[in-house]
Amino acid sequence: MPEATSALNGREASAGAITLRDAGLVGMITLRGNLASAKLKAAVKKAVGQAVPEVRRMAGGLEGGAGWMSPDELLLVTAHDKAAETVAALSAALKAEHHMAVNVSDARAVITLRGGHAAEVLAKLAPADLDPDLFPVGELRRTRLGQVAAAFWKSDEDTFHVICFRSVADYVFDLLEASAKAGPVGVF
Amino acid sequence: MLTLECPYCGVQADETELSPGGEAHLKRFGPGSDIDDFEGYLFMRENPKGVHFERWRHAYGCGKWFLAARDTATLEVFGTYPAQTTEPPQALREAISAKRPGWRWRDFA
Repeated sequence: MPEATSALNGREASAGAITLRDAGLVGMITLRGNLASAKLKAAVKKAVGQAVPEVRRMAGGLEGGAGWMSPDELLLVTAHDKAAETVAALSAALKAEHHMAVNVSDARAVITLRGGHAAEVLAKLAPADLDPDLFPVGELRRTRLGQVAAAFWKSDEDTFHVICFRSVADYVFDLLEASAKAGPVGVF
Repeated sequence: MLTLECPYCGVQADETELSPGGEAHLKRFGPGSDIDDFEGYLFMRENPKGVHFERWRHAYGCGKWFLAARDTATLEVFGTYPAQTTEPPQALREAISAKRPGWRWRDFA
């Protein structure tokens, strides 16, 4: 089998205080089902070591995380080589319940955005309010960046992880780079 | 610009994050129903100047459908609510009545 490669193949860029980096291979699983179910909660805990997050929240991070995507959908983040077995474990644990667990790792790209005004780099591209008071650490937002769908979460005060579809990874990276190069706005 | 609060995410969603779904609270008349009912379901739409109820989908966000009440003339948004209902919630109707006394939309007032 050919070796798995991330869409951006380790691409990096920096502009001023901002660094952009391909987060490499990240295991991502879409899990849909009844988020209130005890079985699902236990299965998620076992799969990524995190509790089912509150609305709009990301629990954990790249090393093991669970993000709230919609009232019946979670994004589970794990190591890329663990994704397939995690899906199998989830499917086995939730066999008796109406659910769906799919490995979407290779359908998506993850970009790490770091720097003092990282929030402004995103705010220029998305119709989301990134004011630090309204968008605290651990918040996850599904929205659009420029012309494509994307999601991002805030891992710490000046770091964001951006998720987008693999096919538009170059576009999103270029977009973020252009926004970073234009410099800070000084709003936040 | 239209900004609607998604009742599922609680996000203030910009119009560009949403996709419109036409009129809200349509009752479906399928095969075997009366021809006039079917015509009404298929073609007859309200076109008010004022209070209107619409379906919207948080397409770039959680992907869920929700319903919104707004004024077509001023773009004032009265409120949004989940789609799993056959009529606007009472609290919302009262809020609209406070701002637009005597409003009427299909069978709702």
